[in-house]
Amino acid sequence: MATEYASSGEYIKHHLQNLTYGQHADGTWGIAHGAAEAKAMGFWAINVDSMLFSIGLGVLFLFFFRMAAKKATVGVPSGLQNFVEWIIEFIDHSVRGSFSPKNAMVAPLALTVFVWVFLMNAMDLLPVDWLPYVAGMAGVPYLKVVPTTDPNVTFGLALSVFALVLFYSVKMKGSGGFFAELAFQPFQSKNPILKYLVFMPINLLLEGVSLIAKPISLALRLFGNMYAGEMIFILIALMFGGGWLLALFGGALQWAWAVFHILIITLQAFIFMTLTIVYLDMAHAEHH
Amino acid sequence: MNFNATLIGQTITFILFVWFCMKFVWPPIMNALETRKKQIADGLAAGDRGKHELELAAKKASENLREAKSQAGEVIAQAEKRAAQIVEEAKSAAKEEGDRQIAAAQATIDQEANRAREGLREQVAALAVAGAEKILRREVNAQTHADLLGQLKAEL
Repeated sequence: MATEYASSGEYIKHHLQNLTYGQHADGTWGIAHGAAEAKAMGFWAINVDSMLFSIGLGVLFLFFFRMAAKKATVGVPSGLQNFVEWIIEFIDHSVRGSFSPKNAMVAPLALTVFVWVFLMNAMDLLPVDWLPYVAGMAGVPYLKVVPTTDPNVTFGLALSVFALVLFYSVKMKGSGGFFAELAFQPFQSKNPILKYLVFMPINLLLEGVSLIAKPISLALRLFGNMYAGEMIFILIALMFGGGWLLALFGGALQWAWAVFHILIITLQAFIFMTLTIVYLDMAHAEHH
Repeated sequence: MNFNATLIGQTITFILFVWFCMKFVWPPIMNALETRKKQIADGLAAGDRGKHELELAAKKASENLREAKSQAGEVIAQAEKRAAQIVEEAKSAAKEEGDRQIAAAQATIDQEANRAREGLREQVAALAVAGAEKILRREVNAQTHADLLGQLKAEL
């Protein structure tokens, strides 16, 4: 299918372009053609494909889990209930393992993060050309099917988690306590001059950086892994245009990479969930 | 990386999903899990209790059996004793009855013998009188010689 494009470079660029809807430079509203146009639309544009796929997958997740929750019986569980219970027990176990305070929101949050991120990552396993090709025939010029390869999605999640971290930090320790946590450690001194004039700026800088690093690393880890994985699928897909021998080799490679990718998508979803729990636990815990 | 309003859209979506999950998905399933856990624990406890009760019942049954056996032994011993007593009683009663009958027979025999002796005495007296008559060739007046005859009778 790479043959439809002028060059491999263009094929790759096309696959990495979101379906962005926004206001063009000339004032009209429409879909951006190419990365430059999308960038020119500024902040008030929206990646329609990312939104559609992420919402669709989230609704799918909640639909099945809600169905299981509605029919949840104490007796012998049915197939779907069994599966859902298995995941819920796994999440519950993870949350109990790393989150000691009592908070009814953390476990459902972890469940949502894990399953939703997993489903969004799993879109990566679909051959890269299927959905964009179908969409192309339907007149949609761009389609990026893996929402987690869009930094907007991963940062949206990570910043929400970060907002919760800030909220619970202030709620649990008070704004003074939270500030003290940032300002008066790791360097401590009994001497007020040393404490307020020398160590406080250093501490604030160090702790500030480590605080800001949390959401950024959380978002970039997921984005980077999924983006790189997607990129390799695209590169492998390029081989299908290079004669039947290369295409056969590419098919084998794609299968192998997809198998390996099953591990990555699960692992990344798990890491995102675990770090979310750990960050929230740290927000609740008193520092010493 | 090109940031746009998708960021806000994702955040809102995420919050809505977490809210829904927290409200409608997590509690019912967790509730079912907890209830089932409790039921299983209760069932296991009931099983243990049943086993314990079974053990107690078995112990009690064997105790009852032992008691019954010892009672039965006692009853048999008493019965044997009583049987021996009855036999003894029967023996002594039979002996008494035998003795009594022997005594009665003896009395009858004595009586008969006396009666026979009396008869014989009378006959001897009569024969003696007849013999004396014949010897004296005269009639002996029975009435006049009654004393004599009586004397004679007594001597015989």
